[in-house]
Amino acid sequence: MINIENVSKSFILHNQGAAEIPVMQGASLKVAAGECVALVGASGSGKSTLMRMIYGNYVTASGRIMVEDVDVAIAAPRDIIALRRHTLGYVSQFLRVVPRVSTLNVVAEPLLSTGIPLDEALTKAQELLARLNIPERLWSLSPTTFSGGEQQRVNIARGFAYPYPALLLDEPTASLDPTNRATVLAMVNEAKGRGAAIIGIFHDHAARDEICDRQFDVTLYTPGLVA
Amino acid sequence: MTPLLQVEGIAKFYGSRIGCTDVSFDLFPGEVMGIVGESGSGKSTLLNCLAGHQKPDSGCVRFDTRADGLRDTITMSEPERRMLSRTDWAFVHQHARDGLRMNVSAGGNVGERLMAVNARHYGDIRASAIDWLSRVEITEDRIDDRPTAFSGGMQQRLQIARNLVTGPRLVFMDEPTGGLDVSVQARLLDLLRGLVREMNLSAIIVTHDLAVVRLLADRLMVMKDGHVIETGLTDQVLDDPQHAYTQLLVSSVLQV
Repeated sequence: MINIENVSKSFILHNQGAAEIPVMQGASLKVAAGECVALVGASGSGKSTLMRMIYGNYVTASGRIMVEDVDVAIAAPRDIIALRRHTLGYVSQFLRVVPRVSTLNVVAEPLLSTGIPLDEALTKAQELLARLNIPERLWSLSPTTFSGGEQQRVNIARGFAYPYPALLLDEPTASLDPTNRATVLAMVNEAKGRGAAIIGIFHDHAARDEICDRQFDVTLYTPGLVA
Repeated sequence: MTPLLQVEGIAKFYGSRIGCTDVSFDLFPGEVMGIVGESGSGKSTLLNCLAGHQKPDSGCVRFDTRADGLRDTITMSEPERRMLSRTDWAFVHQHARDGLRMNVSAGGNVGERLMAVNARHYGDIRASAIDWLSRVEITEDRIDDRPTAFSGGMQQRLQIARNLVTGPRLVFMDEPTGGLDVSVQARLLDLLRGLVREMNLSAIIVTHDLAVVRLLADRLMVMKDGHVIETGLTDQVLDDPQHAYTQLLVSSVLQV
């Protein structure tokens, strides 16, 4: 489902003396449908960078990143947009939304963008918010004023609203209490069960061991870290 | 898939000074493209060339017309281009007063666009005007007021209603949220996002506000001194800018 071949990446900071910072060299990773792989490595080793490259959020300098039949490393913006709409989901650590849009609509939006009718999308959003213990009295409010844990759960509800065949999870269980953590892990397991290919970053090691089939050590491909 | 708009080698000079040069891109149905850059970077010149308000010195702008497919709008006759700008195109100005008739009622402003495309039944026109005013959150009891009696944010929403009532396929926007206070801006952004999705609109939005393009645009074009220096997926250009100027632009945004 996800096939990464020999990718590299460096940042060039033009306004800071054109410093070139190589952050990844020669990384390859294959993730099959129904498999969950954890990206591991110390902070700053490039876990999030690799995840953002897969999502098309960061430019890939060389190599191939195949998600289904799209090479994200060279795809045109509209192909990446289509891929994100129907194939590739991403639960980031931070919620970024239009101010004043209700939580219910924030969660329903990925469904609406695929053409699912409004009432069906809202029903699904309600289900997810209830499952993640977001009190119903908050559903009509914008999540911008919610607590960190609530925002995190809204973000997860949004990321799991559509059954993407491939999912990227950046610290999905951070800042969650045990009950909600268990719910999120169950949701990840269900996604695996329906055949989603998942790549995740988990600092919560117990969670990682519980749901991931194997680990991928990003440090091995970080220039300057291997020694 | 046929692009809705195909732009090739657009250049516009003011004497020996560059307005914009060597601009090419395709815009597909349902796509929203942002154009950012500082004042004087050529973004408004480009938008005016695309929308037929200014004649570029070279290049072509092909639009997928309903009748004949892709046609170069620069070489088509003036009446044909005017017809397009009344039906399939819309232009939202930064200053609402440039896009509205200030001495005609709100309902009249919306109805006028409909009459320009041959709507004649008074009741129908008034009904669509009421419908569109409510979609942009202007209540029915304000329909007979003139825009001069409206706040800046209301004027901008009225301008949007006036522009979208004829069901255009391509909307040009020049700083649509410029000069509005932030709470009004947020409401307008939400409105525009909803309309873009419901009507499957394509749009080209010129702005210097990076937060606005992040929320509205799928794709981004960065301009400096009349040249396009970087293009790509909006979040990619903002989160991993490649060009020195884009890096400067992104890192100069003040954090709230």
